[in-house]
Amino acid sequence: MNANSKTHSGNPLTSFRRAVGGLSDGVRDRWAAAPGWARWTGYALLIALAVIAPHPAIGSFMAPDSHWPSLLFSPIGTFVLLAVGLNVVVGQAGLLDLGFVAFYAIGAYTMAVFGTKYGWNFWGVLIIAIFMTAISGIVLGSPTLRLRGDYLAIVTLGFGEIVRITAQNTDYIGGARGITNIPHPPTLFGVEFALDPLPYYYLLVAAVVLVVIVAKRLERSRVGRAWEAIREDEDAAELMGVPTFRFKLLAFFVGAMIGGLTGAIWASKVIAIQPPNFPFILSATILAAVVLGGSGNLPGVVIGAFLVAWLPERFRGFADYRILIFGAALVLMMALRPEGLLPARRRRNVLGNGENDAGAAATESGGTTASGDAGDKEVAK
Amino acid sequence: MLLEIRDIHVHYGKIEALKGVSLDVGEGEIVTLIGANGAGKTTTLKTISGLRSLTSGSIAFDGKDISRLPGHKRVLVGIGQSPEGRGVFPGMSVMENLLMGAYTRSGDFSKDLAEVFDLFPRLAERKNQQGGTMSGGEQQMVAIGRALMSKPKVLLLDEPSMGLAPKLVSQIFSIIKEINNRGTTVLLVEQNAQQALQIAHRAYVLETGRVVKSAPAADLLDDPQVREAYLGGALGQH
Repeated sequence: MNANSKTHSGNPLTSFRRAVGGLSDGVRDRWAAAPGWARWTGYALLIALAVIAPHPAIGSFMAPDSHWPSLLFSPIGTFVLLAVGLNVVVGQAGLLDLGFVAFYAIGAYTMAVFGTKYGWNFWGVLIIAIFMTAISGIVLGSPTLRLRGDYLAIVTLGFGEIVRITAQNTDYIGGARGITNIPHPPTLFGVEFALDPLPYYYLLVAAVVLVVIVAKRLERSRVGRAWEAIREDEDAAELMGVPTFRFKLLAFFVGAMIGGLTGAIWASKVIAIQPPNFPFILSATILAAVVLGGSGNLPGVVIGAFLVAWLPERFRGFADYRILIFGAALVLMMALRPEGLLPARRRRNVLGNGENDAGAAATESGGTTASGDAGDKEVAK
Repeated sequence: MLLEIRDIHVHYGKIEALKGVSLDVGEGEIVTLIGANGAGKTTTLKTISGLRSLTSGSIAFDGKDISRLPGHKRVLVGIGQSPEGRGVFPGMSVMENLLMGAYTRSGDFSKDLAEVFDLFPRLAERKNQQGGTMSGGEQQMVAIGRALMSKPKVLLLDEPSMGLAPKLVSQIFSIIKEINNRGTTVLLVEQNAQQALQIAHRAYVLETGRVVKSAPAADLLDDPQVREAYLGGALGQH
């Protein structure tokens, strides 16, 4: 590695990229090698950090121009939870979903409808919302998961728009005016849920912890291995006896539930929701968070979502230029670290070698691969 | 017959790739399917393993009709395939690739792994290397080893010699022969007709989606038409 960087030192971008990459890979590798107690300490510290995060001392530095606890709930908390959900679909199963906002919307609308029209309890509706989005994941997935790659992306994009436009044109759920007076969650352990964002923030933290545990367990199970095989080579996975269609549907199912959970919690905080709250750009932003952080690696995805949510707010002092600066920051980060800030270990190696990419692409199209021929001479010896 | 394919037709959209292919593979045989690019060899294999669906005709395995069985269930009845272009999982290590081959099975795989490593000592040396970083020849070994991990009754091999150095090609073919000697039936698709016919018992020649010839492999090696079309013509006799 060192010898390599010396020979390529001509390009400053390349050498800087290597330095950044070396640093974050080092962190990840050290983490992977850490003993159990060290990891548990690490998890405990992270949760402790999330708990003290709303403190004004931290806020004055993180968001001098806005109300920090509000930001922590939305967009930061919601983006993190959405990104963890989208990571199941994109990062683990390798399905490009450009309409993830649809599940967020369905979760939010379920909360709004059952809360305002039927006056159901928050917790009951939360479960219904998760159930509804899971069903919608199946409804979207069953006809579309036979498509691959770009085609799937286009169809999911369409689904996101269909949900938003249907909401806009359905009078029962308020049409373009949306739904107002969504009830807050009931008081829990003596904590009142009202206008203060803090209780909602802690509710989201609890949801993130729970969802991350579930996602991590899934990743290490037979299901996770099947997703990984599908992501790397769908035909080969089928040949290994993996029911690829069923597992792709399961990824949509799980991802949709997490999206719906986020939407439902969010709706109970903001009181009023409208169709324009669920634009395509939100799907794209969450996808950017997943890719930026390191698709397939949960810590990376969480960091990516945090940055994508926080940076535009941090730059609020620049007024009209803040989105420009945010865009520049995204471009810079992707230029320095194209595989994501903290990529999954295997993904890094796969993408790090252009030759293999070419080989994989040729395999998919049924063409002949010539990559690796040079290496055969070595084997023959 | 272990595998009986009767008059299968397969379409890619409106294009008919297979126009009524029939072939048989008996238990313990090596059967090879030779033919030029685009003759339908890979399509035939994909249809047998269930990656493509057929328009008409039937596929029977071990006496049971499997024409409509989804691909992942055909692994359970005993069909293993090493796909065209190898299809190794690039981000998984050699070991993880091999274990993926045993995805449908449970229990202890150490004996099966030992057998694969015995056939391909190279893989034992490279257990922890990532599939995608290996040479073409090594990836081919991973693909064949992985298919064997499902304990198939019939092993479908799609162009195992493609893109390999000549020396390695003969090594791969002798390993295929060895796999067959140990009791696995092999259906081999090859462009390298010379080598394939030398190890096979019987052969089918495929041309534009039809079987144009079927005979014992040794006969085809001497067949003037086959020599002309697939074995380098008269030059081969000098």
